[in-house]
Amino acid sequence: MGWLAILIPLVVFVVLGFVATLLFGWLIPALGGDLHSWYAALLKAAFILLGFVMPLAGVLTWMERRQSAMMQDRLGPNRANVGPVRAFGLMHFVADALKMLFKEDFVPANANKLLFALGPVMAIAPVLITFAVVPWGSGVCAGHLTDRLTDGQLAQCLDTGGGRFQVVHLEIGLLFYFAIASLAVYGATLAGWASYNKWSLLGGLRASSQMMSYEVTMGLAILGAFLVYGSLEPATIVQAQGDSILHWGVVTQPLGFVLFFTAAIAETKRTPFDIPEGESEVIGYFVEYSGMRFGMFYLAEFMEVIFTSAIVATVFFGGWQIPGLHADGFVAGQMPHWLVCTLQFVAWAVKVFVLCWFQLMIRWTMPRFRPDQLMRLGWKQLLPASLANILITAGVVLALMPGAK
Amino acid sequence: MAIGVKVVARPRDLGQQAYVPALVKGLGVTMRHFFDNLFGGGKHIVTIQYPEERAVYPKRYRGLHRLMVREDGSVRCVACMCCPTVCPAHCITILAEQTGNPNEKRPRVFEIDELRCVVCGLCVEACPCDAIRMDTGIWSSPVALRGDAVQGKADLMKRGALSTAVQGGAGGDWRDKQR
Repeated sequence: MGWLAILIPLVVFVVLGFVATLLFGWLIPALGGDLHSWYAALLKAAFILLGFVMPLAGVLTWMERRQSAMMQDRLGPNRANVGPVRAFGLMHFVADALKMLFKEDFVPANANKLLFALGPVMAIAPVLITFAVVPWGSGVCAGHLTDRLTDGQLAQCLDTGGGRFQVVHLEIGLLFYFAIASLAVYGATLAGWASYNKWSLLGGLRASSQMMSYEVTMGLAILGAFLVYGSLEPATIVQAQGDSILHWGVVTQPLGFVLFFTAAIAETKRTPFDIPEGESEVIGYFVEYSGMRFGMFYLAEFMEVIFTSAIVATVFFGGWQIPGLHADGFVAGQMPHWLVCTLQFVAWAVKVFVLCWFQLMIRWTMPRFRPDQLMRLGWKQLLPASLANILITAGVVLALMPGAK
Repeated sequence: MAIGVKVVARPRDLGQQAYVPALVKGLGVTMRHFFDNLFGGGKHIVTIQYPEERAVYPKRYRGLHRLMVREDGSVRCVACMCCPTVCPAHCITILAEQTGNPNEKRPRVFEIDELRCVVCGLCVEACPCDAIRMDTGIWSSPVALRGDAVQGKADLMKRGALSTAVQGGAGGDWRDKQR
């Protein structure tokens, strides 16, 4: 039974990877489409968001409850069914979504209607936008699906053909991510302020102070990885981690990984950093929200979990790289292009999935920090550690690179 | 006594302050349970899936009362008033009437308010003639009106069974024949 929890996601990822390969490597070029065009970018965004992120966010809402139950020796929600098909209660997230859509959409009497409506949008939109820079595979070379391409041929083809599995290939990719992700704090703060409720306002303030504090650490922690890989472009960073597992960010930047992961979990506003929400007692910025508006906050939280996993996988776990797998397989001329393409997508998806699982694990293991502990951890422990990490990394990079002077 | 401040000793060693060792330890515990339950066929799981699975009650679980009957089908109770006397919750009401036998009474009304009953079983201990028992193992069922929770003589005898116990305690143990 338990093996299905590994098998089913794997099968889904294989199917998704194959669909992506066919869609961008064969269907769009065969219909005369241009992979450099705006509609191809739109299709890539639609594929990754509607095909991977949204369903996974939905499943995570169920997985969180099932997994926490398993950790606490319970069973969790296992009864939702479609006719006789129960599928371990997987349909619970559909039932939840239906429930949220049909619940009363309550707006407090003195709330600022416009900002109240804007709150959940501002929470969910930045997360969706940041997925634009995440590379979910090296990409396809249109028209060469069955050929055996070398690494060089593929790189050239990607530069000219635009078949990258990444919505936009931005040289400032990770800066773009920081710029957009920090907008998410406006969602929490606006929601807290617009609700016309003292407690939600306090929750919003807690959210903004927390997210601003941890953004500093997050930015500085990942700086070490920039120094090592010499690029801000996620796909280029992933490319640099190809040869062996020793080139992965988690090996070259272990401290950076721990610091970044901690700060990124704080950014998702989940336990042990759920002071802004504190659903069980301190109540947070979305107390006044109900129905699908609350659902959007809820979903945004899980998409942040996925995004955190995606960016951690990209920078620290080699993204779509399988150690030793080149564009033509583990040995030259072994695999056709379409198979490598699918495998790379599966590798990326598995890494993201496992990191999501690990984040849920942490969320249900750690108790919540107190606000003063949170600030002390952020400013007095993580920040100096990340500065030290930059200093040491810079020193090592300088010593190892002959041309750096 | 004046209000004092109790200073709680906080561990200040590096292992506690660095969070990470403690987190790893905690993750070890939760992961062990998670993997044991996921791949070990749920070996720690304590959940009972109610409508399909029922908890097995202990053998001596009491449940609703019942009134036992004689060979001729009449109630064994002789309205001696031992049980309403001993009942700590005052939930038993007996109104006696005469029988043809000058040595015996019988209950005209025998009511137990299951909402007041504390399921202590003292009535069973007090009964001199094995008339009342609390061995059905049936939960008192939910009712819409308080009055519906009062079990009358007919209700109690419906669950009753033949008791051949001999007055005065001779004969086999009544537990031998239950269920």
